[in-house]
Amino acid sequence: MIKRILPPLLSGALFGAGLALGGMTNPARVRGFLDLFGSWDPTLAFVMGGAVIVMAIAWRFQPKMAQPFFSDAFSLPSRTDLTPRLIGGSALFGIGWGVAGLCPGPGMAALVIDPLSAAIFVAAMLAGMFLVRLTEGAG
Amino acid sequence: MTILGFPDAAPAAGLGGGILIGLAAAMMLLGAGRIAGVSGIAARATGISDSGMSRSSAWMFLLGLPLGAGIVALMSGGLDAQFASPVFLIVAGLLVGIGTRLGSGCTSGHGVCGVSRLSKRSVVATATFMAAGIATVAIMNGFGLEVLR
Repeated sequence: MIKRILPPLLSGALFGAGLALGGMTNPARVRGFLDLFGSWDPTLAFVMGGAVIVMAIAWRFQPKMAQPFFSDAFSLPSRTDLTPRLIGGSALFGIGWGVAGLCPGPGMAALVIDPLSAAIFVAAMLAGMFLVRLTEGAG
Repeated sequence: MTILGFPDAAPAAGLGGGILIGLAAAMMLLGAGRIAGVSGIAARATGISDSGMSRSSAWMFLLGLPLGAGIVALMSGGLDAQFASPVFLIVAGLLVGIGTRLGSGCTSGHGVCGVSRLSKRSVVATATFMAAGIATVAIMNGFGLEVLR
């Protein structure tokens, strides 16, 4: 029980702590990074850089492991095709990210920073996700 | 620590936060054998997506996000934050929800986990949402739209 619950909880908590420490739970800072042609705030580049460096090291270890520490097998994305859906979806996501300065992780971490604002964002986000599922179910 | 010319930037805290995020994602990869993509995990927890980790693991990860942020907020005596007004939060949330499902990921799954793996799809997705975000803020500022309260 503990072995099943603790690792994802710890990973999520580390993730949330990193977001908060890096200032990503403050939409003003995120929008400051996206304001490249105005008063640019480069902080997010350091957050992204730090995370990518650590993960690049983790990716070097992954192929040497027969299986993950707490699971039977690796289950990783393997697609390499570039589709209009990938690019169009990412563009819509980027527009939403720019409008409010929130993406999914910080949106949920911010539930303890500004509960009402974060809850409005997260509810709308889940509604958007559900909408895609609905249209795909019908099509 | 500050950077000359960017008095508001917090590079040391940013790098420290980034390293924690990287460790969290590395733990998910090497521990559970999965990508720490928050949009995918949120869809999995709520039953919007049927594939991925177990639903209980997804919920535990999501629960951890505000828990970790709350601990940092407590230790630092509160965090500065300025949020958009509700109308903008709703519009943004819908776009983020639709976009991340169509685009198969967000800043964490594509931007951190995919880019560090040099996945072609993730590099293209990240370049796309970065460009779209930068363009959106530039256009909104150009029209003098005040978003943050």
